[in-house]
Amino acid sequence: MPDQVLFAMEAAINGLMAGVLYALVALGFVLIFKSSGIFNYAQGVFALFAALTLVGIMEGQVPFQHLINAIFGTELHGFGWETPAILAVVLTVGVMVVLAIAVERLILRHLVNQPDIILFMATIGLAYFMEGFGDLMWGADIKKLDVGLPQGGSFWIEENTAWLGGDGFYGFFIDRLDIVATIAAAILVIGLTAFSQFTKQGRALRAVADDHQAALSVGISLRFIWVLVWSIAGIVALVAGIMWGSKSGVQFSLSLIALKALPVLMLGGFTSIPGAIVGGLIIGMGEKLFEFLIGAPFLGGATENWFAYVLALLFLVFRPQGLFGDKIIERV
Amino acid sequence: MLDAGQTQESLLEVNNIEVIYNHVILVLKGVSLSVPKGGITALLGGNGAGKTTTLKAISNLLHSERGEVTKGTIHYHGDSVADLSPAALVKRGVIQVMEGRHCFEHLTVEENLLTGAYTRKGSVQQDLDLVYSYFPRLAERRKSQAGYTSGGEQQMCAIGRALMSRPETILLDEPSMGLAPQLVEEIFGIVKDLNEREGVSFLLAEQNTNVALRFAHYGYILENGRVVMDGPADELRENPDVKEFYLGVSEEGRKSFRDVRSYRRRKRWLS
Repeated sequence: MPDQVLFAMEAAINGLMAGVLYALVALGFVLIFKSSGIFNYAQGVFALFAALTLVGIMEGQVPFQHLINAIFGTELHGFGWETPAILAVVLTVGVMVVLAIAVERLILRHLVNQPDIILFMATIGLAYFMEGFGDLMWGADIKKLDVGLPQGGSFWIEENTAWLGGDGFYGFFIDRLDIVATIAAAILVIGLTAFSQFTKQGRALRAVADDHQAALSVGISLRFIWVLVWSIAGIVALVAGIMWGSKSGVQFSLSLIALKALPVLMLGGFTSIPGAIVGGLIIGMGEKLFEFLIGAPFLGGATENWFAYVLALLFLVFRPQGLFGDKIIERV
Repeated sequence: MLDAGQTQESLLEVNNIEVIYNHVILVLKGVSLSVPKGGITALLGGNGAGKTTTLKAISNLLHSERGEVTKGTIHYHGDSVADLSPAALVKRGVIQVMEGRHCFEHLTVEENLLTGAYTRKGSVQQDLDLVYSYFPRLAERRKSQAGYTSGGEQQMCAIGRALMSRPETILLDEPSMGLAPQLVEEIFGIVKDLNEREGVSFLLAEQNTNVALRFAHYGYILENGRVVMDGPADELRENPDVKEFYLGVSEEGRKSFRDVRSYRRRKRWLS
């Protein structure tokens, strides 16, 4: 095979892997949007906060240590122990559940039946609050996150694909972390789908997504369902945070990946779990391939930044509900 | 059939309630009624009379619509329902079937029914069988998405869903809405069967006075947020005012629409 084709294939595969990461963030959006009609602007910050908390717990940081030091003049730097990754993940899940309960108590409960835009504004407020809160709690420096996931290119894949091309081709370069992320995303999607299809709470969740009032009338507690959904979204955010954090360090720009999830959602549909995944893959692969085939040779490069949004714009014009969005059932 | 309702204990007591929406809109201005155990009680009246609001005040669904009971009390089995959540009420045996069916469109008919058993523990197969025995049509459509079933099937689905919670009292809001007369008869027939065989009490809000008074034991007529008349269903049916204003017949035979305006002035209960 000509090398040019192989390079395009490599770009496509790496794009798919990056797409998985977009999809992980988009998944959190879909879960909340589906069950409560709220577009949770804070989902990206949730991923950041989850990653910060995870690192903080792993390194044995004292929460709010800067604040405590400033007020009491102490010299706290940490508890002096390191928490094993598994335990830290479990504790972080606990923190995300507490966060979900707090969001329901302090925000959602008071805004029941308000117009969507008000809830959206509330999540914007939440996003900025959480960003500041995360900063205050764990500090603003960039942190390294290593939960023991394999990283770096896979030599096995490189060696076994090198024969495909000529002398200039050394085999596909695929980051092992991306492969882990793909597996994690697959497990999440299968798990979530099974949960919503085959369990009582999952059924209740879909019922709430369809019709709040009717769900209330049959005795489903909206508050409980909201806490449940925001907890799950928090856990999904944690997975996204781990993957992004392992890749590029835990830093505050992590919250901006939320913006990349937006075109993914427009493509896949705001209400579809498989849509979030497929949308993520298409955007990820599309932007890499476009850059490789058209962007770099003809447009001077750097097309990755805007390609996703243009694609989303096209979708908004021709298929506003996205690829997999809920069809609006209307009986005549 | 007719006196089955009145001789028995009262299940639900609504005492002089006032409901305000959004802190300003006064919808109910002192409604009192009582629902006897094992009876079918009808709540009649035109659009905006306050029927739905009354039902929602009882089932506590008002809160989510920014409505509030500001005066009066509602008691179920002698206990105030004011502080109970809708879910707690369902557990106690009071469930509402909302106006306009409100099935979960993207769920299948069977999944819809299963959501009705959300507050319960244990096996539900027996209840599913019971619902299917009353509504054989639902059994045929059990795997289809509820959004794609007909209006009548959706109404059956909504009533069946409520039955899954093993209710003592069903608050049934406007079951005839948008249905062909034949279907309305069928559904009311099933309601009556459920009442007689399963012992479910009904509080029924209905615009179709004619049908409602044929199947109910007792009726309340609501106008502008007030109860203007009440009595056993057969008495109401013979009442000249009810006949004229709600059943469309009067001693002088059919009326032309030209005379409709003068109806209002002649209502005896408003003078």
